[in-house]
Amino acid sequence: MSQQAISNRHGEQDLIGRLKEAQAKFGHVSEEVMAELARSLDIPINDVYGVASFYSFLSTQPLGRNIIRICQSLPCYLKYGQTIMESVAQEIGIIPGETTADGKFSFQLTNCIGLCDRAPAMMINYDSHVDLTPKKIAQILGTYK
Amino acid sequence: MPQENIVLKNCGVIDPRQIATFLERDGFQALEKVRREMTPEAVTDEIKASGLRGRGGAGFPCGLKWEGTRKAPGGEKYVICNADEGEVGTFKDRYILERDPFTLIEGMAIAGYTLGAKTGFIYLRAEYHHLFDLLENAIRQIEEFGFLANFTIEIREGAGAYICGEESALMDAMEGKRGEARYRPPFPTTAGLWGKPTIINNVETLMNIPRIIRNGAGWFNQMGTERSKGTKVFSVSGDVPKPGVYELVLGSSLRELVEGLALAKNTKMIQIGGATGRIVPYEQIDTPLTFESVLGAGAVIVFDQSRDVIDIVHRTMEFLAEESCGKCTPCRQGTEVMVETLARFHRGEGLKKDLKDLADLSEVMTLTSLCGLGQAASNAVTDSLQHFKDAYESRVAGN
Ligand SMILES: Cc1cc2nc3c(=O)[nH]c(=O)nc-3n(C[C@H](O)[C@H](O)[C@H](O)COP(=O)(O)O)c2cc1C
Ligand code: FES
Repeated sequence: MSQQAISNRHGEQDLIGRLKEAQAKFGHVSEEVMAELARSLDIPINDVYGVASFYSFLSTQPLGRNIIRICQSLPCYLKYGQTIMESVAQEIGIIPGETTADGKFSFQLTNCIGLCDRAPAMMINYDSHVDLTPKKIAQILGTYK
Repeated sequence: MPQENIVLKNCGVIDPRQIATFLERDGFQALEKVRREMTPEAVTDEIKASGLRGRGGAGFPCGLKWEGTRKAPGGEKYVICNADEGEVGTFKDRYILERDPFTLIEGMAIAGYTLGAKTGFIYLRAEYHHLFDLLENAIRQIEEFGFLANFTIEIREGAGAYICGEESALMDAMEGKRGEARYRPPFPTTAGLWGKPTIINNVETLMNIPRIIRNGAGWFNQMGTERSKGTKVFSVSGDVPKPGVYELVLGSSLRELVEGLALAKNTKMIQIGGATGRIVPYEQIDTPLTFESVLGAGAVIVFDQSRDVIDIVHRTMEFLAEESCGKCTPCRQGTEVMVETLARFHRGEGLKKDLKDLADLSEVMTLTSLCGLGQAASNAVTDSLQHFKDAYESRVAGN
């Protein structure tokens, strides 16, 4: 990490915040956006890429309009989280890591999202969905445009 | 020992969106007391005398941390609330934030007063984005009432990374970098966020502060055991009819929590402290819940007799390998090797020599990793080798 980035002061250069903004606006952090950020913050583009590729809520690849994140950690696994993954895969025809051809959904697996008392759980965008059963999936996905 | 609502006192009682309901429940009396009657030194002395230890997993004495940071040279100091809660099976901080953001902020303001700090941060995991507005609303209402004086609190949202719950990685993330663990020393007490002395505490630790100030260290340290004072808030999940959040006096037995409150039956083992935690076989269900025995951040995942130990340990290691920040070799490579080895056992293709290799590798990782992730990554392996060796031996190829 370059000296400039290390000397970031409170409130001046919030790189992760700026990346999240770009992500929210364009759905992912493109090479152009990273180059632009590197220029405006006067840090090497490697550093920007290093940060953008580190965090699971940032993506350097284009994603769908809605991001499904199904929890794969133990408490959800114990409550048959696998059946939820299968049900989502069946409903939208893709496997984890993929985006539907119409750009409506990206499908990811995630680690514990802190809803283990109501497992199995998933997030779609920032919405939490808990106490899932395969039967509920079609209805839940239907509410996303 | 009984269930006791000290940290959770206001949860479900007040309206987390209405400061008036908090004020009716002696809200801000602790903060006013420190400002009116106590020097910063008296505050850290009181916290020290209480015996309060960190609730985020490591159990470091809170008063010592505050005293060290207060005495550290430097005009600018910070307070950080660690609300990253990423440990597998932990959801108690979410539960608290949803129900009583005010007490947390009061605790942070007391920390701020002690340091003479102007700024505090709540580092909120991205997965808890839905709590952002609630927290901001609480901060705004408190400001309007003038309780924060010249202390400001800002929320910083994470971007998805378990390692960012580790305090030095968290500070790197806040500084806009990859969240990787730092070499220490220096410790945050002298060089934390942006190189300034910083108090970083877990949500639950900070929740205890107003209680201690208001009721006194002597009240607090009567609860618990010699080295574990007060209560602990547990997150119980897995094979139990009543998963949820329970607060117990420290020293209560694991049986009381798992069987008495969560109504578990037919239990095989319990993982305490999440992926970096310990595995306790059912035979040891009467273990007291203390820092001296097992605790971590209070994640309690229960597994019944139908569960396969190797499967559980393998999945635990997959999580750690995925979440290792990759900065130090023993953690980055060690977790990968363990995943590969455990996968072979899972398929029934273990080798006799793997058992010794796993034990040796565990030791190397514990001794040489840079941060708590790598140091504790092999806990599940070590414990399962000790308590469930049969499970491994029956999966050695040719057996
Ligand atoms: C891999 C790892 C993850 C951690 N995650 C958290 C976390 O999510 N929340 C937390 O409060 N502490 C977490 N910690 C502990 C922190 O490093 C630190 O000890 C804690 O924030 C200090 O506060 P406390 O003394 O009040 O517990 C984690 C530690 C490690 C090694
Ligand atoms: S394990 Fe799925 S939410 Fe915690």
